[in-house]
Amino acid sequence: MAERKIVDGRGSFCPGPLMELIVALKSSQIGDELEVLSTDKGSVNDIPEWLNKVGHAYISTTEAEGVWHIALRKSK
Amino acid sequence: MKILIIGGGMGGTILANNLARRLTNEMKSGKARITMLSASDKHMYQPGLLYLALGRITPDELYRDQASLLEAGINFHVDPVTDFMLDNNQVKTKSGKIFDYDILVIATGSRMFPEGIPGMTEGSETFYTEESAVKMLKRLQSFEGGKVVISVGVPHKCPMAPLEITFMLHDYFKDRGMSDKVQLHYTYPIGRVHSLENVAKWAAPEMDKLGITYETFFNTKEVDVENKILRSEEGFEVKYDLLINIPAHKGMEVLEKNGLGANGWIPTNRTKLNMEGRTNVFVCGDTTNIPISKAGSTAHFEADTLGENIAAMVKMGIPVREYDGKVFCFIEAGKDRATYAMFNYLTPPDPKAPTKAVHWFKMAYNKLYWVSARGLL
Repeated sequence: MAERKIVDGRGSFCPGPLMELIVALKSSQIGDELEVLSTDKGSVNDIPEWLNKVGHAYISTTEAEGVWHIALRKSK
Repeated sequence: MKILIIGGGMGGTILANNLARRLTNEMKSGKARITMLSASDKHMYQPGLLYLALGRITPDELYRDQASLLEAGINFHVDPVTDFMLDNNQVKTKSGKIFDYDILVIATGSRMFPEGIPGMTEGSETFYTEESAVKMLKRLQSFEGGKVVISVGVPHKCPMAPLEITFMLHDYFKDRGMSDKVQLHYTYPIGRVHSLENVAKWAAPEMDKLGITYETFFNTKEVDVENKILRSEEGFEVKYDLLINIPAHKGMEVLEKNGLGANGWIPTNRTKLNMEGRTNVFVCGDTTNIPISKAGSTAHFEADTLGENIAAMVKMGIPVREYDGKVFCFIEAGKDRATYAMFNYLTPPDPKAPTKAVHWFKMAYNKLYWVSARGLL
């Protein structure tokens, strides 16, 4: 499996982790896996909700030392 | 020590002046030398473009001669860099000259990139250049009514611009007696009307009060210019009569060509502001890949940090402080009222209700900017 691309949105209130992810997806290929790092707990709901709306594959969410790691695959 | 600053925008200019004052003695004795390379002999106050698009200021108010803003002793050249030879501590310019440095600061800013969305350039108005802002003003003056849709590209410059242009357009059409003929419709890429949660909490009821409709989770995919339809990545459509675009941005092409960062954004340490992997190369303003606002205040506060640190490196060999992610943004909430948002990496903003006082402070700042660029404010 190719290495996951890290989208480091830690400490970002504006534009925020989801916006950082949207930017990162624009320069990714279909099938690429990405992992968003966020210190904003809202990302735990916001990001999977947006992935579902757009049609990208949500993989998992884990938390370690106050940082949420949200993994996904670009699907379209 | 040779300090080379690439870029004569807000960040580069404030930094150069800050350093020149901190290093007056070192510059006189020849221990320090500051050189700035820029692509233009003019300095533009970019936040003024918003007002230009609405006929509130004229183009000449946006500019000053770059040389007139710089402290004595700063070597200024209009000669953009074409090649970065970081392993040799050198850059090469368009004229073919080679500049050596001990410390390099890259502050080349960003450029709008509407062409990333099919149909956007032909189908929309925007205000991120003098030419486009004047074109938008002419289009607004001839607009007779209909649905005005605001599209927001990602990433964009100035996080408050989508809200500001929406609220200011509301008052613009109201003043022209067109409120009953115009429907403002705001779209936004994420699940609320602004990326800052507290700003969104303030702005959404404000829009409700003014009759501005909005649609979230809307990432524009394409513009059907012929049928005047905006389509989103999420699979939705919006018809428009006038489309206003907050364009997506990229870093400068020369940075991409030199392999310094994807899309022209340079990987940057978020507190030390050095380019990742380089101890004598620093990045300031829009050019960084730090996940914070691409705003003038970001460049300003980063320049303040770099000014202290680089001066300390010249004097003591070590930097003395870290950048805490500070950003301050005015938010125009119409033609004569405004609020503001201030935040950093750890503290979210808490905008208050808009007031006339904050608006007039913003109007004053539009003039005071030239003092700010000189590093005095």
